[in-house]
Amino acid sequence: MRSTRTPRKYAAVAMASVAALLLAACGSSGSSGGNSASGKVTLTWWSNANANPLLGVFQTLMKSYHASHPNVSFTYVPIQNEQYDAKIQVALQGNNAPDIFFQRGGGFMATQVKSGEIKNLSPYVSSWIGELGSQAQAWQIGGAQYGVPYDLHTVGFWYRKDLFAKAGITAPPATMPELESDVTKLKAANIVPIAVGSKDQWPDAFYYDYFAVRECSVATLEAAVKNVTANAPCFAKAGTDLKSFMATNPFQPAFLNTPAQTGAGSSAGMVASGKAAMELQGDWDPSVFQALVPKSEWQSDTTDLGWFGFPAVPGAPGNATALLGGSDGNSCSNSAPEPACADFLQYLDSASAQKLVAGASLLPANPAAASAVSLSADQSVLQASKASSFTQEYLDLAWPTNVGTALDAAVATFFAKPTTTSTQSIVAAIDQAATQQ
Amino acid sequence: MTELKGVTAAAGAPAAAVAPPASPAGRRHRPRRPRRQVVELVVLLGPALVLFASFVLLPICISAYYGLFNWTGYGPLSDFTGLHNYKLVLDDPVFRSSLLHNLIIAALSLVIQLPISIAIALLLNRRMRGGSFLRMAVFAPYVVSQATTAVLWLLLLQPGGFVDELMKAVGLGGLVQEWLANPTIVLYTMFVVLTWQFIGFGVILLLAGLQSIPAELREAAAIDGASAWQTTRRITLPLLGPTVRIWIFLSMIGSLQVFDLVWIMTLGGPANASSTMVTYMIFFGFHSLEFGYGSAAAVILFVISFVLAFLYQRFVLRRDTDGALTRAVR
Repeated sequence: MRSTRTPRKYAAVAMASVAALLLAACGSSGSSGGNSASGKVTLTWWSNANANPLLGVFQTLMKSYHASHPNVSFTYVPIQNEQYDAKIQVALQGNNAPDIFFQRGGGFMATQVKSGEIKNLSPYVSSWIGELGSQAQAWQIGGAQYGVPYDLHTVGFWYRKDLFAKAGITAPPATMPELESDVTKLKAANIVPIAVGSKDQWPDAFYYDYFAVRECSVATLEAAVKNVTANAPCFAKAGTDLKSFMATNPFQPAFLNTPAQTGAGSSAGMVASGKAAMELQGDWDPSVFQALVPKSEWQSDTTDLGWFGFPAVPGAPGNATALLGGSDGNSCSNSAPEPACADFLQYLDSASAQKLVAGASLLPANPAAASAVSLSADQSVLQASKASSFTQEYLDLAWPTNVGTALDAAVATFFAKPTTTSTQSIVAAIDQAATQQ
Repeated sequence: MTELKGVTAAAGAPAAAVAPPASPAGRRHRPRRPRRQVVELVVLLGPALVLFASFVLLPICISAYYGLFNWTGYGPLSDFTGLHNYKLVLDDPVFRSSLLHNLIIAALSLVIQLPISIAIALLLNRRMRGGSFLRMAVFAPYVVSQATTAVLWLLLLQPGGFVDELMKAVGLGGLVQEWLANPTIVLYTMFVVLTWQFIGFGVILLLAGLQSIPAELREAAAIDGASAWQTTRRITLPLLGPTVRIWIFLSMIGSLQVFDLVWIMTLGGPANASSTMVTYMIFFGFHSLEFGYGSAAAVILFVISFVLAFLYQRFVLRRDTDGALTRAVR
């Protein structure tokens, strides 16, 4: 072999290549801005607000915060909701979490806190967090505040008044038999009664959760969440209720492969474009609708949009006005620069910022901004919240993550095969997953 | 080639043949490689070995270790459960059905994709006008990324979408199904999409195999009066054997690892009707935050793939590769 290179040179080149590869592999993705000597900080923020209107609201708020705090800049990373959970888990496990990141609270947050990567914000927020009311307490674990909510969520039926009128329905249903009768009327008028995003599984669980809320007493629900069990008989009864509701066949064709809020063919897209009359979803649905239909169409549709709470189940012993819900917020990672991170979370909950959040068709976490809720249907949600004495956090998030996903998967299986799946299967899946705790 | 010969001879020759005489103490020294050869081995093999060990062997060992714990992925590994996770995975009906789905896809590939690939390859192997365009057209889907393929077919297969309308237009409206939402047919829909994407690869591989068959053999058969079918049946197909066996190997491994298409199109649903071993692993590892359990599933997937690949190499591929490499350099 003729070459001017010696083996030693080969070795040096090889070593350098290996070193370069390893360095590239081990390199940090550089999520954290951190402090610089000049006191300037850059906060990296991961959020699932990846589309307007909320994306625009957050961008406006970052700009105005930067204007009043010139030393604080932002790197905002919008991540699609369905992708978000896996990304933040990997970041937390790799000690590489962004400074601020979207958080859902409850058992979901409790599982994440085990990473030791989430900052206890109590020292920074205790002076003002009380303004948010009892909702903020759901973001505490053992008395320590690990996250701060920026909005509140309530699940209920969003419906199209124009399609209801077309089917001859004059008022939203108050009980399950009324809802089932409306389903029949809508079908007779050739209208898809209810759209559901079963591909994502969690929208299916809203139905089971609500039947459980109607069948179980508040004390039973609280004990079930605390002890991570669904062994109370009312949880099995919820399965039976779900089965009889599924027998009315209320959903769109091929609903098992419909996503919840991705694209115009999603369940949200169907309601937004008038292809379905109802959807059981969180109060954020109008903000999703806006992202899925042309702006001009949305403006004209707002008057057609209505909201009603999950109907009462006749004879069910639970609270007939209790709601299912939760809240969205943010946490700070341990490496986040302070006081900038906690101060920005406080800014997000200021009355002025919260009015912008309310303007994005979301329910503000700070009651001081409630008056800014403009959508008439959102006012119905607020009234229902005020009238309700109890809001059960979504069960799949209230329970630890593995139990929550087991619940979602079991309900999804039930949706796929309602006639052949046992009504006990959901309870069995929850209790089986709970033994893995 | 000269260098390769040197390395192979040194590595493959019996030690005694080149060993120096035994030392006075009676100990036999191993033959010393020239320093230059050692340096070359280190330089040529070192980087690949480091990468292989770091990114293949080490993760497998770490996964096997994680599988011994009940672990959410956060905090220290403290809840040791032994082989409990492995037992749970193997006992889980969803995992068993996922494995079955993988095997169904592998079997269907063999029974449907292979004959179609061979037929198309035989057709495209003829000299004809536009042959290279047809070859490109058949191969094109393979070049498209799986994510793109998945989104493309997701849209085509929507209720009332292109596929449904096309079927109605040609009078097959009665056969229209909920392609991705019907638990009994979703797996077969997946198989059709997989076939669309991967048939081009099989065709190109088989075409390469066909090109390597000497034309003289077919000419000789023609002179002897063999019909076209007899030539194909008695000469072409037997000589295509090694290529077919390699295709089966690659297809089998690919079938066991199906993920991207399924995850984007159905997330393994509805009711786990299209789940595969990898979607099962991802669901429990990342969605459900049961990293110990997910790791156990990963290791079981690895063992199943490894054993099948090993058995296939040992009993099927060996006749193609045995001695081939050494013969080439002798």
